[in-house]
Amino acid sequence: MENILTALLSLIILIAALAAIYLRNMISAILAAGLVSLFASILYLLMAAPDVAMTEAAIGAGLSTVIFLLAFRKTRDEEVENG
Amino acid sequence: MTLVMVLGAALMLVGFWGLITRQNMIKMVLSLAIAETGLQLIMIAVGYINGGTAPILDSAVDKLSAVQQVVDPVPQALVLTAIVIGVAVNALMLAFIIRLYQKKHSLNISDYKDMKW
Amino acid sequence: MVRKSIALALMTGLAFILASILGDWSPMERLSGVAYDYVAHGASDLGAMNLVTAIVVTYRGLDTLGEVTVLFLAASGVAVLLRRADGEQQEKTQSKRAASEIVTTGASLLSPFIVMFGAYIFLNGHLSPGGGFQGGAVIASAVLLLFLAHPDYKLRHDVLNIIESFSGFTYVLVGLLGLFLAGGFLDNRFLPLGAYGTILSAGSIPLIYTLIGLKVGTELAGILENMKGRAL
Repeated sequence: MENILTALLSLIILIAALAAIYLRNMISAILAAGLVSLFASILYLLMAAPDVAMTEAAIGAGLSTVIFLLAFRKTRDEEVENG
Repeated sequence: MTLVMVLGAALMLVGFWGLITRQNMIKMVLSLAIAETGLQLIMIAVGYINGGTAPILDSAVDKLSAVQQVVDPVPQALVLTAIVIGVAVNALMLAFIIRLYQKKHSLNISDYKDMKW
Repeated sequence: MVRKSIALALMTGLAFILASILGDWSPMERLSGVAYDYVAHGASDLGAMNLVTAIVVTYRGLDTLGEVTVLFLAASGVAVLLRRADGEQQEKTQSKRAASEIVTTGASLLSPFIVMFGAYIFLNGHLSPGGGFQGGAVIASAVLLLFLAHPDYKLRHDVLNIIESFSGFTYVLVGLLGLFLAGGFLDNRFLPLGAYGTILSAGSIPLIYTLIGLKVGTELAGILENMKGRAL
């Protein structure tokens, strides 16, 4: 059971990481990177590390995503994306 | 947890691949953050012991036989540190990117040739 | 094309290195060395239920002090880089869309509770998962909610600076007290250890984690405000 969950989460994380790099739309890419952190925090929980899971969920998935979005917001005026 | 090791290595590869091939600077920082996540997964997997419980000695874990039951707490403490520093460093890099953008109005790394050798 | 093939060659080399490291690796069977010592004696020596907290705050306390310093430097760097930018050139005053009724009401109702939850997390750092860094991040997310609801919301910088400097200074002071009154720098045993498993136990660990929580919370809130700039 746990192995299946780990395998599933690993697959999701890998796809989200590739999406974060290859997506043209920057907002989707940033959200995909946030997904990587969010599912990684579930993996930490499975590996008996609740402290790390909390930190990753609060800081890695939450604040980090917001900081990226704010930075994207500040570096944009009708410019074409060059992914 | 060999699977998590492999996943961590794959994430590091994906992150560095993005860092090398992307032109957009925000994407490069994003790739670095992904590589960081991979490294942290590897570190936690190194400290995992099969069937171990979290290193919190409450009523579920007997204090005397805790050594046989819990996973290694040292990598967890290190990763805790690494995550917080990682987000702070990412924020600093993004601040630099915002400043560069205000100068030249471009996010493409190839437009910044001042320091190129 | 040349660039792409060089990148591909680099990645192949890195993959080879990682594969050879992974090939030699075998899962850990039992605790050994320093981890064994921490687990075997940590709870009885320091009185902390959460061993990760015991390591972060006490055994590896110096590392945590360095980490807080790095965080402080990064926050100051962001402030220096972005604050001067605002002074130099006028950002075009965008017509800000006000947040909806639901968001503003929800923010004013929820943010005190979110701050309280953050305080709960770092006060219970020695008993349950969590601690100063997580609690600080939760407090910063309450500030973020306020920013979302009121785009013009201004933080009181004097108050933030006082809280941050005070907690940083007191952190070092507590460490020095440990050096003079107990076994070493950041030793938590100069305060009584108390009853194992209660909130007022484990010597100075709750005190130190509270200080770290306040410091991390104010620093992350400062980073958020500087990144936000004038318009959200």
